[in-house]
Parts: sequence; structure tokens; C-alpha cells
Amino acid sequence: MYDIKGYYEAETVNEAVALLAENPNLKIIAGGTDVLIKMHGGQLEEAELLSLRKIKSLETIRRAEDGSIAIGSMATFTRVFNDPILRETIPILTEAAISMGGPQIRNIATIGGNVCNGATSADSASSLFALNAQLKLQSQQGERLVPIREFYLGPGKVALKPGEILIEILISPADYEGFGGHYIKFAMREAMDIATLAVSAVCKLQDGKFEDVRLGLGVAGPTPLRCLEAEEYAKGKTVSLETLSEIGKLAVKSAKARTSWRASKEYREHLVEELTQRALKIAIVNAGGVELV
Amino acid sequence: MFKRISFTVNGKAFNYEVDVRESLLEVLRNRLGYTGAKKGCGVGECGACSVLIDGVPFDSCIYLAVWADGKQITTIEGVASKNGDLSDVQKAFVEEGAVQCGFCTPGLVLTTTALTESGKDYTREEIKRELSGHLCRCTGYQDILKAAEKSLEGHICTCVDSPHYKQQQAEKVEER
Repeated sequence: MYDIKGYYEAETVNEAVALLAENPNLKIIAGGTDVLIKMHGGQLEEAELLSLRKIKSLETIRRAEDGSIAIGSMATFTRVFNDPILRETIPILTEAAISMGGPQIRNIATIGGNVCNGATSADSASSLFALNAQLKLQSQQGERLVPIREFYLGPGKVALKPGEILIEILISPADYEGFGGHYIKFAMREAMDIATLAVSAVCKLQDGKFEDVRLGLGVAGPTPLRCLEAEEYAKGKTVSLETLSEIGKLAVKSAKARTSWRASKEYREHLVEELTQRALKIAIVNAGGVELV
Repeated sequence: MFKRISFTVNGKAFNYEVDVRESLLEVLRNRLGYTGAKKGCGVGECGACSVLIDGVPFDSCIYLAVWADGKQITTIEGVASKNGDLSDVQKAFVEEGAVQCGFCTPGLVLTTTALTESGKDYTREEIKRELSGHLCRCTGYQDILKAAEKSLEGHICTCVDSPHYKQQQAEKVEER
């Protein structure tokens, strides 16, 4: 049996934030694939849980009136992978979704839980970083938007204030329209694995030059991160192998890789340099550019 | 803390008080006697505890029993017909020698059953991916894949010219 001291469930977001305001110690449970596993391992004891599983409104994935893609925090990875809107507009996210866990895990694990768990290896995170995602948080005081880059504070630590719930992930049209992207999860197996390194690259081209490049990395530091120096360098540069090579080197500068049992610091840095270039090569083709060989 | 929930297991209705601390696996095995679902890793990695919930495979070890309220659950006990005849999927597993110690078998049979009931066509790569949430420590996976392919006969997409198949192949190459 799990070490659960109390269990509450809400049927609406308002009900959930009211319960959370009353009892700020409640631990939110979405799909449970992180929370229950932590309880199983003893990292989480005597938990009082607030389940969001009955809030159907949080499962929706939609295109808002202004063209923004809005992903409900309780959308499962299976739903994200199969969603026609996401497949068409931001396939780097569906690629990330299918790389996560096995089918049974993807059938229950939610994208909101993945983000709020705060792991640098979260499979959705590097893509959401590259897409400049905004997180809509709600508490009894109202809503606020937080850019995903400001959400991750450290390993397992996110910027949710007491009483707040992540309800939606928003991606504005300016951040995906005209972009081509590619996601690479580098791991030991092709399933049921945690990434050794994850790279998500998006780019927009004009006249053979990079108009915009965004690179999101997972497991290259204590939190997912962006390679701002490399991105800045790329702007306006000719799309060429030389430019890519420089981008790869600069990406390593942004990384804060460390040694873990999965890979050494040096190996991870090598992967950052190599995989950013590989991901960009495919992103370039997806953005309508020519294949670099 | 107890909660009364209603659900069906293999078509049989239950209205039952569950402890909120219990997993669905614990309720199925310890209270209702459906011991076909096995307890393996306990953290959703091995897939031995898989059951179908409303026709979709889930790891019942990391599924709280209270979440089963209103759901239809299928365990391996519900796969064979009432008179004991094995289902086509079960027969395929036997015929292909995909059964050894039997610990992973219930989950694999259930996931394969869900695939056959989805009405979709699958490429071989997709079948592998759909079965990837199950670990088998004895037979190796080849015979299991053969059994799954046999079960899905007529629903395997082998047309190498289909965009579907090409995309699968391209994804595979890119990943490498």
C-alpha cells in the first residue's frame, strides 16, 4: 500500500484551487507515474494527495483564437502523440511524447505532471523550451503566465507558488509558424529509458540564412536549458556546415553537464556538440531548407 | 480512509470499498482474487501487472484503486472464453512458444489483445513499440513478436510504399 495519509479529488479547477488554498500541504497527483513511484521508493512519505484526474477540462488540446496552441496540463503523452493539431503544427512535441516511457506509462502520464516534476530529463521539456512555451498557472488569486525558462529553478524544483496549479501550456504562433524542428532523444535503448541527452532544435530560414534558431537541451544541466549564445550567433548566418559546427561548439558553452551514472560530463558535452548539429540539419530540411552533407 | 467505487472486472460488476492507499493491482490480486496480474517491479517498468482499463493497457501497480471508479477492467482471466477455450491471441502465444515462466505473459497477451481490438493496422516497428512496456526475462522477444504478429494477421502494414511505413523507417534512421 502507498503511504497516503489523505486523498482529495476535485472535479473542476476552481474546486482544486479552493482545496489547495485550504490545505497548502496537499501534493498534486496527475497521472501518478512520478508521485506514486516516489512513494514506492520512500522519497515521499505520508502524502496528502489532491488528484486532478477528474478534471476533464484539463485534458483538451486546442488552437486558441489567436492561433496559440493550448495544451491542457492533464493531456496524456498518448493524447499528445496522437493529437492532429500538434502533429501538424509542432511535431517536435509529438516526437518527444512517443519517446517517453512505454505505452502503459504514456497512457496515463501527463504533460503537466512531466513539467511540474521538474526533472531535467523530462521528455517534453527540451521541446517546450525550444518552443518558448508559456505556462498558465492558476490559484485562488487568479491566473498568471510564466515562461517555461523561468519555471525550472533547480533539480526537481519549479516555480509553482503554494496554492498554484499548472492548467495549460501555451505556444504562440510566432514561436512555431514558419519553423522547422527536430527532436533527438539520445538514450541507451529505444524504449522505457531516461535520456542521456535530449536536444530539441527549431529554426526559421530566409534566403539561405538563419532567421531564427532555438535550441532546447535536456540533461545537459540541472534543469532543461536553452543555448542562447549559439542561438544569438546563428541569427543572420548562412546555413552551412561551418555555421553548424560553430553552433555546436557554442551550445557546449551553455550546457552545464555533469557526470552521472548514465554518462560522464565529457561524453555529454560531446553529445551536445554533435547532436545539436544533427538535430539542426533535419530541422533545416523541415523548415524548407536544403540538406547539408 | 475508504471510498466506495463501482467497476467491472471481466464483465462482473463490483461495488466495493477500497482503501485510498491501495493500488488497483492490490485490489485485484489480494481482495478479488484475480491473480493473473503479476506484481513485478512495482514502478511501472516491467509491465507484468498490466490490465486493460476501458480497453487500454495500464500498469495496475501505479494506478490507484480509487481511479477505477466507473471503469471496465479486463484481466487475463477475462480473455479466454467462458467454456475455457483460449482466445486467438492466447493460442498464438502457445503456438509460437512465446510462453515460458508465464510472469510477463498475462500483460503481453492483454496488450496484444488491445492491439487486435483497436481495428488499426500496425507496422512491425509499431508492434515492437506497442509491446515495449513489457519486460520478459526468459524467452527473449522474438517469439513474443511472432505471436503478436500472428494475432494481428491481416492488420500488419507491410506495404513498403505506404507513407506510413516510410515515415516509420525514416524515424528509425534518424534516431540512429
